[in-house]
Amino acid sequence: MRQIVAPAFAIILFLMFWEVLVWLNDWPDYKMASPSDLWPAFWRFKWLFFTFGWETLWRTVVGLVIAIIVGVTFGMVMGFSRVVRDGLYPLLVGFNAIPKATVVPIVALMFVGQHDLNTILIAFMISFFPIAVSVSIGLSTLEPEYRDILRALGASRLTIFWKIALPKTLPEFFGALKVAVTLAFIGTNLMEIVSPHGRGLGALFDSGKTNSDYPLMFAVLIALAILGIALYYVVVLLERIFASWAERQAE
Amino acid sequence: MEAFCCNKHSKTKCSLHFLRLHFIWVGLMTPDEEKELIRIDNVSHTFNTITGTLPVLKNLTLSVPENGFTAIVGPSGCGKSTVTRLVAGLLKPNSGSIWLQGQKVLSPRNIVGMAFQNPVLLEWRSILKNVMLPLEIVPNSLSPTNREERARALLKLVGLAGFEHKRPSELSGGMRQRASLCRALVHRPEVLILDEPFGALDAFTREDLWQIMHQLRAEEPFTGVLITHDLREAIFLADEVIVLSGRPATVQFRQKLTQQGARSLDQLYTREANETLLVLREQIKIARHAEEIGA
Repeated sequence: MRQIVAPAFAIILFLMFWEVLVWLNDWPDYKMASPSDLWPAFWRFKWLFFTFGWETLWRTVVGLVIAIIVGVTFGMVMGFSRVVRDGLYPLLVGFNAIPKATVVPIVALMFVGQHDLNTILIAFMISFFPIAVSVSIGLSTLEPEYRDILRALGASRLTIFWKIALPKTLPEFFGALKVAVTLAFIGTNLMEIVSPHGRGLGALFDSGKTNSDYPLMFAVLIALAILGIALYYVVVLLERIFASWAERQAE
Repeated sequence: MEAFCCNKHSKTKCSLHFLRLHFIWVGLMTPDEEKELIRIDNVSHTFNTITGTLPVLKNLTLSVPENGFTAIVGPSGCGKSTVTRLVAGLLKPNSGSIWLQGQKVLSPRNIVGMAFQNPVLLEWRSILKNVMLPLEIVPNSLSPTNREERARALLKLVGLAGFEHKRPSELSGGMRQRASLCRALVHRPEVLILDEPFGALDAFTREDLWQIMHQLRAEEPFTGVLITHDLREAIFLADEVIVLSGRPATVQFRQKLTQQGARSLDQLYTREANETLLVLREQIKIARHAEEIGA
């Protein structure tokens, strides 16, 4: 009960504060739209919201899944081999350090017209780094005793990975996935905004901007926030299912 | 099950065992006590570190008889843990050889069970599933229900009945160490290697676990190697105490104890026990002194 009421109360309080702020300053909606302007803006384009929301969602998820596959693979290789880790680390850090906003136009030009591919690619590029790093750290910091317990019984490397290394890394993996899910979302939207003739919520935001429809822009922001929250909690749910043991029960 | 000589052997092995006992009786074979199960033969080992080479063992020779219990003590960092890793087959010596049951150790063998100072239980498994882990790896003919029964029986023996479905994080340090001992013994290993398993426990818990060790030994015999810093622990648990010299370690002194097998805690507080402790303490002093001079 408290888990629903407390956040709901916080949200209502936030919306009220926002509304009052706009009303007190007497801001016009091109300076700052108030929450009461948002619903009409949403209702007018409700079909676009749903179809574009879906576009944004599936591309983010596909980008994220690719990021998980590639990130876990890189993480595993780096976690098991010191040489590979030392070799790849600077490259990965450099790759991650490039602001993705600068990569967006390059990718948009590289695969011009292939909007889905572009968007998924950016979502993947922006989100795979934390996954790779967390998995590699999780594997490389596995206490040698854990390995010895199984190795002394004649277990193969694969068995050790499957029975110990993989489950032990799950909490770190989910921690990184929570970060990655938000990042992937940012990546998708960056591409949707920049790419000409784009689709998705980012494109809707951009068309709001071109048409000076400020309430629409704010409504898109809220829609993005809702999608982001939903995705985040899907990860939390998965974590509860697969790594609930990592949470300490409160006494 | 009463018909078997002990619960370690199969039926055929058991009759062989009786035959052997008969031969011993008529004087054709030497008794069990003489048979060595672990043999470390002239082993030297050196680690390569960033700063150079670090010799840890030098011409180490020792043996442990079948169903015997040997404690190895020595100055800190003298290479005691290296000995356990060598016996377990986790490490290959630079020179010399290690033998288990008359076979040279070349890789890990599943007749070994290990317990460390850190109980290393898997947090995502219940205590019961943790104890059953070796049965998933060591080939055995037990059915899933038999595996569970086996694990439950061991847990009961160490006083953890009722905690089977708890997570390791819900247990105290002593309880976790008990579970770790169960895991080390669940597949009925011939050799139990204990690397300071009671080092991080408080004094009373430690004494409880010492007694549990004797119970476990009485219940199903195994050959034990105990690495420890605690001389009282060594003379309470072991049949023989070996003092290693400082690095590079070699056998400096060995003391066969008059008490063999199970004994009561009161026997730790006798004149004889104190004398043994003094002798061992003196040997440790010598080992440490020699190391300081060497350094």
